[in-house]
Amino acid sequence: MNKTAQKLTTFLVVLVLPALVIFLTVHFGLRKGTPIKMEYQVRAEMGKKVDHSEFEILKQEFKRPQDVTAACLSCHNKRDDELMASAHWKWERETNLPNGRGKVNIGKKNLLNNFCMAADGNNGSCMRCHIGYGWQDKSFDFSDPNNIDCLVCHDNTNTYKKRKNSAGMPATAENASAEFPVPDYNYVSQNVGKPKKENCGVCHFHGGGGNNVKHGDLEEAMLNCSRSVDVHMAKDGKDMACNDCHLTENHNIKGRAYSVSSENTNRSTCEQCHTSAPHNDKVLDMHNIKVACQTCHIPIYAKVNPTVMYWDWSVAGKRDANGNPITEYDNQHKYSYISIKGHFVWNDNVKPDYAWFNGTADHYLYEDTIKTIPVKINTLMGSYEDKESKIWPIKIHRGKQPYDTISKQLVNVKVFANKKGEGAFWEDLRWDTAIYLGMQYTEREYSGKFDFVQTEAYWPINHQVSPKEQTLKCIDCHTRSDEGRLAKLSGFYLPGRDYAKAADYSGFAIIIISILGVLIHSILRILARKNNL
Amino acid sequence: MRKIKIFSRFERFWHWSQMAVVILLTLTGFEIHGNYEMFGFEHAVRLHNAAAITFIILGFITIFWLFVTGQYQNFIPTRNKLKEQINYYAIGIFQNAPHPTQKTATNKLNPLQRIIYLGLLILIFPVQTITGLLYMYYHYPENPIDASGLWIAVITHTLGAFLFIAFLIVHVYMTSTGHRITTNVKAMISGYEDEPITKEST
Repeated sequence: MNKTAQKLTTFLVVLVLPALVIFLTVHFGLRKGTPIKMEYQVRAEMGKKVDHSEFEILKQEFKRPQDVTAACLSCHNKRDDELMASAHWKWERETNLPNGRGKVNIGKKNLLNNFCMAADGNNGSCMRCHIGYGWQDKSFDFSDPNNIDCLVCHDNTNTYKKRKNSAGMPATAENASAEFPVPDYNYVSQNVGKPKKENCGVCHFHGGGGNNVKHGDLEEAMLNCSRSVDVHMAKDGKDMACNDCHLTENHNIKGRAYSVSSENTNRSTCEQCHTSAPHNDKVLDMHNIKVACQTCHIPIYAKVNPTVMYWDWSVAGKRDANGNPITEYDNQHKYSYISIKGHFVWNDNVKPDYAWFNGTADHYLYEDTIKTIPVKINTLMGSYEDKESKIWPIKIHRGKQPYDTISKQLVNVKVFANKKGEGAFWEDLRWDTAIYLGMQYTEREYSGKFDFVQTEAYWPINHQVSPKEQTLKCIDCHTRSDEGRLAKLSGFYLPGRDYAKAADYSGFAIIIISILGVLIHSILRILARKNNL
Repeated sequence: MRKIKIFSRFERFWHWSQMAVVILLTLTGFEIHGNYEMFGFEHAVRLHNAAAITFIILGFITIFWLFVTGQYQNFIPTRNKLKEQINYYAIGIFQNAPHPTQKTATNKLNPLQRIIYLGLLILIFPVQTITGLLYMYYHYPENPIDASGLWIAVITHTLGAFLFIAFLIVHVYMTSTGHRITTNVKAMISGYEDEPITKEST
C-alpha cells in the first residue's frame, strides 16, 4: 500500500505536474489576440444632399466654365479663399526642409522629378491637372477666384472632362471632339457632390503621363477592384472613397505625397481609424514602434496594371530610316521605347524596397548641385536611431535625365508644345533647344553643355492594402535568406536575420567539444570495464 | 543494497518541469535565431515568450523553496573532497574505484556539481532572463538608453544558450556515472537511490 502511494506520488510529481506546466505554457503561449474590427460609415452615405437641380442660377446658359465657378461661389462664398490657399491651387507650399536647409516654397510648380522632369514650362500638358482654368504660362491669374475649377473635383456625373494639352480648359465649341466634348455645364453643375474616386483618380492615377506610371499603388483598376487589390476601395468590400481616409475640412485634405511634401504634419494615417494597437496582440502590436502598418499589409504593389520602374531619357530621340519616331513594346504590351520619351522598364506585382522613414523629406531644388550619383530627386529622412522613424515600403523610381555638365545641375526641359518648330522635345526631338528653352522659362543659367545622369525618386507606398490573409509572414523579414524583405536594411539587430558569426562559431565549438569529451570518456569507461573484468 | 531518500517531491517536480521548459526554450530559441524551422517562426516566438514566463515563475517558486527549506545549502561550494571528485572522474572511474563522496538527503551534490550548478543558478539563468527580458521589452528609442540595437544583449543571450546546451550534454552523460548506469536517473524519478552496502556505511 505504501508502495502504491509512493508510485502514485512519483507519477504525479515527475510526469503529471511537469506535463501540466508545459501544457499551460503552450496553451497560453499560442493564444493569439483577435484583431479589432472597425465599424465605419463611408462618407458618401452620410448626411443629406442639397438638390442642386432646383437652383435657378444653375439653369442659366453657361458660356464659359468660369461662369459656373462664379455661380458656385455666389452661394458657397469664402470657399474660394480656402481653395486658393491650398496646394491643389498653388502647386507649392511654404515648408521646412530637413537637414537645416530652412524654409522654402516648393511644390509641383518648381520641383524637378525623374518622370517628365518638370511641370514648370510644360504647362499646356501638365497643368491639365491643376484645379484651375488655363494656367497656360506665367500670366495665369492666381488671384481670380473664377479661375478655380469646382467641377473637376465635385462632378458626380463622370461626364466632366478637361481637354488634353489645353492647360486645364475643358473643350469649347471650336475644339470639341468625341473624346472631349463640350461639358454639359447645367447637367454637371446640378449634380455636384463630394468628390468620388473618379474625381481624384483622373489626376492621381495618371501622373507621369499614363495610368499607374508614377505611384504604382494608385491606378484606375482601383475604381472597380476586388479586396485582394485594395481592401478599402474594393467593390466587394467597404467601397471607400479617397476622402474616407484623406479626411477633409474646409478644403484642407489630409495626406502627404513625399515626392513634393517635406513635413510630418497633416498626414492621413492608418491609425486614425485602426488605432496604433489594432492586432490586440502584444507581439504584433509592438512592431508598430518600428514598423509602419504598410510594410506588412502592402506586400506588393502595382497589383493589376504595371508601373514604371525605370525611365531612361538618354536614348530618346531615335528615328527610323524614314525619319519617323519609333515605338517598341515589351511582352506586357507596354511601350518599352518611344522616341519622344526614351526607354522604359515596367513592372507589376512589385515587391517594395524598404527604408527608415520619419515623415520628413528633402528635395532636389533648382539651385542644388549634383553631389552624389545617383542623384536623389527626393530624400526620405529616417534611421533606426530616430524615434519617429519606422520601416516603410517604398517605390524607388530610377531614371536617367539630362544635367548641365558645367554647373552640375539637373536641368529643366521644354518637352511640350502644341506644334512642331517651337523647340519642344516631344515635337522636334532636339535636346539642345529643348533644354535651352526649359532653362530660359525657369530663369536658370545654362552652360549649353549637357549629359545624362542616374537619378532616384522615393515614393512611400500607402495604397493597395491587402486582406489580412495576404499580409507578410514573420519569416518574410525574420530570415537569414538574401531574399528576405529586410535583407538590405542594416544598422540594427533583427531576430532571425542577424547573428554574430564569432558567437555562433564559438557556441558550436563548445558543443562539439562537449560531445567529444563525453564520447571519449564513455569509450574509456567501456574499455576500462572490460579490462577490470 | 538499501534505499535512501535523496530528492523530495518538490525537487523532482522542479527538475522535470524545468527540464521541459528549458528544452522548449532551447528548441524555440534556436529557431528564432534562424538555425532551423520547426514550429514556424511565429509559433516559436510565442512559445519562447510563454516558456520564458513559466521559467521565471518556476524560478521564483524554487528560490523561495530553496531558502525556506534550507536546501540552498546544497549549492554552497566546498573544497572538501573537490580534488578527489575530479580525480574520480578523471582516473578512478576507469579503475572501478568507489565514489569519493556519498549522496545523502542533506548533501545531494558532490563538490564538482556544487560549483557547476551554482554557476548555472547565478550565471547562466539570470543572464538569460535579463537579456531575454531586454530583448522582449527594451525598445530603443522608446527607452532612454541606447542599447545599440541590443547587439550585446543578443550575443550574450546566444552564448548563454550554447553554454546551456553544452551543460545539457555533459549533464545527461553524467547521469550514467552512478553505481549503475541508471542509478542517478532513477533517483531523480523515485527520489530514492540504491546504495550498495559497504563497510563504511554499515
